[in-house]
Amino acid sequence: MRASYCVTCLADQFFAEAAMDAVRLLESLGIRVEFPADQTCCGQPAFNAGFHDQARQMARHTLQVFSGKQPVILPSGSCSTMLKAHYAELFSGPELEGAWDLAARSFELSQFLCEVLGCPRLGDGLRGKRVAYHPGCHGLRELGIGDGPKRLLEAAGATVVPWEAELECCGFGGLFAVKLPEVSVGMADRKLDTLPEVDVLTSGDPGCLLQLAGRLRVRGNPLPVRHLASLLWEARSGRRDSDVR
Amino acid sequence: MSAEPKGYRERSRKLLAGENPRAAVTKATLHHFHTRERAYAELPIEEWRSYAEGVKNHLLSHLEHYLDQAERSLTAHGVQVHWAETAQEARAELARLVSRYQVKRVVKAKSMLSEELEVNPWLESLGVSVLESDLGEYVVQLAGETPSHIVGPAFHKTLADIQALFAREFGTPPQAAPDVLAAAARSRLRQAFLEADMGISGANFVVAETGTVALIENEGNIRITTSAPRVHVVLVGIEKLLPRQRDLAPFLTLTARAATGQRLGNYVSLIRGPKGGDPDGPEAVHLIFVDNGRLRLLADERSWETLRCLRCGACLNACPVYRQTGGHAYGWVYSGPIGAVMAPAMLGSRAAGPLPYASSLCGACAEVCPVKIPIPALLLAGRQRAVLEGEATALERGVISAYGQAMLNPALYRAGARALRLGRMALPWLRAWSDGRGGLQPSPKSFRELWSER
Repeated sequence: MRASYCVTCLADQFFAEAAMDAVRLLESLGIRVEFPADQTCCGQPAFNAGFHDQARQMARHTLQVFSGKQPVILPSGSCSTMLKAHYAELFSGPELEGAWDLAARSFELSQFLCEVLGCPRLGDGLRGKRVAYHPGCHGLRELGIGDGPKRLLEAAGATVVPWEAELECCGFGGLFAVKLPEVSVGMADRKLDTLPEVDVLTSGDPGCLLQLAGRLRVRGNPLPVRHLASLLWEARSGRRDSDVR
Repeated sequence: MSAEPKGYRERSRKLLAGENPRAAVTKATLHHFHTRERAYAELPIEEWRSYAEGVKNHLLSHLEHYLDQAERSLTAHGVQVHWAETAQEARAELARLVSRYQVKRVVKAKSMLSEELEVNPWLESLGVSVLESDLGEYVVQLAGETPSHIVGPAFHKTLADIQALFAREFGTPPQAAPDVLAAAARSRLRQAFLEADMGISGANFVVAETGTVALIENEGNIRITTSAPRVHVVLVGIEKLLPRQRDLAPFLTLTARAATGQRLGNYVSLIRGPKGGDPDGPEAVHLIFVDNGRLRLLADERSWETLRCLRCGACLNACPVYRQTGGHAYGWVYSGPIGAVMAPAMLGSRAAGPLPYASSLCGACAEVCPVKIPIPALLLAGRQRAVLEGEATALERGVISAYGQAMLNPALYRAGARALRLGRMALPWLRAWSDGRGGLQPSPKSFRELWSER
């Protein structure tokens, strides 16, 4: 199967190795991954800030870049939500049909692994590892990504440790994090105050990872924070060298 | 209504520094979040929520019809119905009633609408003494504050805060147990109930078909407020109707479950008019239907959905943003997610200020709302409205437009991304980020570079 990869801005800039781990993982599962070089931003920051005209232009560009029939895979629940749930709000007519089409064949990474590939057992490279999993809110509530990521982790030998504030927002929220930083940081603290004893903290959302990793560092907590893609690649390959924060 | 949402950031900053209410608010809201979760789990809750949404939508699309019907039903039981288009008109009506019945003392049941209308300062300006009879509301009144939560007015206060307040007010011991504190308040309230000339309440529902005013509570104070004084005045928003008597039972339990996780409030009062031939009850019941911006909400193509709100507070309890500060940060009567979506339509974008942005769009509110108000979508609509009405800051306009241009041109994106990596763009935002989370640490090479090197 061929698939297009939409790396998303934050993964491109801040989780480059993890974004590459997702590619390695997909290729090891027999997917021919293509990376359209003209891709930019999906437009979510503009959309969420209320700038729909700018968001529409970026969405239009993204629709062109990812035209065709093949699945589009993103290593971000939040950006996936923009494509799958919000593009349709920006268009009408033939463009709306294009938006619906892209929505139907776009998948957050774990969604693709579970919904398209049937949650394959990846390997046992996470044996003995205690993991805290943070489900990004958009993936959780708008895409309905359920326990797929946890199943993938546990099938590879990890223990996903229950977390009191697991389903609560980390406080990232895109521009929210810089428009109302005090509240945003308070939210991260609530997550981290309730964090169980684990070896690694993971999430499928680069934004949440930046927020939680940054706050952990400021609090002097050396807990490694890694993108889900990196953990899943480690599950498959046993390699564990990329993008530890 | 006095509304100062503009200072949200400044107030949230202050509330989060030093002696802050975060711990008290977190504890109280999470408690109610979990009790609600258990109470919802006992029902096929999705069907209940869809039913409630449907009833309210029907009501709102036939509002004039049901308001007429309600007025006829209420009048038939001897309730005197008044209409107020604005807060000012509602207060004027109250003033007429105060003078007509020569009212010197008022006891009040908790009512968010009365906060919206600023009833207490108004009555005091008329020389009338006002006493809040809900314990939490009474605490807030004693402290000279406003409620910080729709259902739990004093959620922001710790036990120690209340102990200190009551020690000053009643001379209770500094470490008095909650029971002792409640008893102290109760003895003062008892006296007030017996002396009051007028009781003022809100209403959870008014049934159009039967003219029944329904009130849910736990302390029994509403029962006494609405029955002991000579005159009972009901303040109710025009959206608070239910079409049929048979809608009442499901809405009563749904509201209680959403608000506190109870199957039903400890007391439910169904009021149909003055005492008539009965030995107990008020001699006169007046009901004031208040618009105060609700018809404007109804006409708004997005925000009308907020009129389904039952004022249960479930969205506040679920909201991680609210939990950081409590309601006082929001600067007007309705706080939390529901306040943030009502503000732009009721106050206008300029006055609503940053409230539509006081959300990470996590969606926890929409998940729990008993009448399925799509709060995140309405927050986004509020932001879009702010941009269209020119309320975005210069920084925001500048950055979004520069980034929007860059994103349409892949070469510019690559250059812009490098610039961002060097920290030259959006400097104030980078500073706001790094204060709490340290400097941004980009990957040594971007994915694009890694990909092209494969």
